[in-house]
Amino acid sequence: MDVQGFRKAILHMAETLQAQKEYLTELDSSIGDADHGINMERGFSKVVAKISETEYGDLGTLAKDVAMGLIQSVGGASGPLYGTLFMRISAKLQGKSEMDLALFSEAFDAGLQGLRDLGKAEVGEKTMVDTLTPAAQALHEALTEGENLSQGLEEAAEAARKGMEGTIPLVAKKGRASYLGERSAGHQDPGATSSYFLLQAFREAAKGHGEKE
Amino acid sequence: MKKLINYHEGIVEESLAGMAAAFPHLIRLHTEVKAVLRKDAPVRGKVALLSGGGSGHEPLHGGYVGKGMLDAACPGEIFTSPTPDQIYEAAKAVHGGKGILFLVKNYTGDVMNFQMATEMLKAEGLPVEQVVINDDVAVKDSLYTAGRRGVAGTVLVEKIVGARAEQGASLEELKDLAERVNAQVRSLGMALTSCTVPAAGKPTFELGEQEMEIGIGIHGEPGRERKAMQSAREIMEIMGTALVEDLPFVQGDSVLALVNGMGGTPLLELFIMFHELKLFLDAREIVIARSLVGNYCTSLEMQGCSITLLKMNQEFLDLWDAPVSVPAFFERSR
Repeated sequence: MDVQGFRKAILHMAETLQAQKEYLTELDSSIGDADHGINMERGFSKVVAKISETEYGDLGTLAKDVAMGLIQSVGGASGPLYGTLFMRISAKLQGKSEMDLALFSEAFDAGLQGLRDLGKAEVGEKTMVDTLTPAAQALHEALTEGENLSQGLEEAAEAARKGMEGTIPLVAKKGRASYLGERSAGHQDPGATSSYFLLQAFREAAKGHGEKE
Repeated sequence: MKKLINYHEGIVEESLAGMAAAFPHLIRLHTEVKAVLRKDAPVRGKVALLSGGGSGHEPLHGGYVGKGMLDAACPGEIFTSPTPDQIYEAAKAVHGGKGILFLVKNYTGDVMNFQMATEMLKAEGLPVEQVVINDDVAVKDSLYTAGRRGVAGTVLVEKIVGARAEQGASLEELKDLAERVNAQVRSLGMALTSCTVPAAGKPTFELGEQEMEIGIGIHGEPGRERKAMQSAREIMEIMGTALVEDLPFVQGDSVLALVNGMGGTPLLELFIMFHELKLFLDAREIVIARSLVGNYCTSLEMQGCSITLLKMNQEFLDLWDAPVSVPAFFERSR
């Protein structure tokens, strides 16, 4: 995946958020404060405006602009969390104009670690981590099996979807949903859902790139 | 949904512009980022107090900026915390050379964004401290939640710490004072109706005609339990009992009592609740030393109220009574 592919993934994410804004906000109404869709859509729209008019020589600089844009415009917990994810990813992509599955997996691991350090969430606490962790594992497995980036992202997005759906019966232990205690069970976590959209956006962007890698 | 607005994206900005236009002698707006600044900031030789959080809780926090309270307030979008760059710029604009104290309500997003701003300021060598306020007894504080939420008790912390900052106290002293006030204040909210986030366009939750939510959060997050609607007296019994048992407040204690409106509650009803609170505390021989009734920490147009009790001592009393000039200026009864 090159700069153009990465940019395409972010565009996909912004489009998905535009289409799913109300759905995310509805999920957040049930167990949070009804603003997740609104904040994510606003943040990614601003990021798209920024990265569409900038020429990038490497993936790292592009990912860093995505990070800063999210930190500056999303707000809530999602801003720092997604911002940190992309910030750590950008550090791994400095000076790189092309990434294969190995590099994507390495950068994704770093991003996930940064997000977990900040949010202090573990798997099973009904958060973004429940979507992102199985996705990272699927990337590792795909790598061991010698798959390319496109195939790896297919499996990562599928693992992410399962992780997201797996948040439904969970009792939230982090974030605003945790105030509900047992009452948070039975609802899909909005953050876990937007994280699935992110993996899905990268899967879409990587389609067709597989052959080249 | 009917609201007095022009367009969703402009709500926070236009409301801030209105407040600044109404109180030009007390506050001004930051030119680059969304922040309310004390008119004469930075005040040399004074620790700068800064708070912030999602909009929709007015007059919190912008209404508490001015002499004797906050030096700056950073409003986020509705119910969404402000961003690190915004907090960073506001802090730099009001820093008077003696350090900066952040007063942060305990929500995952607020704490994270203020934490990031703290790191940015510390990287430049500025002394910054942060006190997290968590007065809401509706949430059990345990390893399994994000901890107790910060609600209306924040107003009392901001007033008392603001008065002490005005007297020239150091950053360490103020941090200690803020923590001590926070340790003595407890709040509990209840809702009769939901609020409606403008961009969402419909009520955040549904409450039946004969239902109420005890322990509601100030963003419409559900609370302890949903119950059948009862009389003001019965509701006060539930709320008062939860509050006094928590700290606990006991016979002979002296308190500051705040009956806070959630935004859509008539004062007529808030005074009925204050009357009930007085009867409730009288029966337990808990003395109301200072009182406050009105909309101080709201949740858009939600109907309902919260009760806050702060256990008073001479130090808190003197600071509470110290002069204050802020847009949400209130008459403080004796």
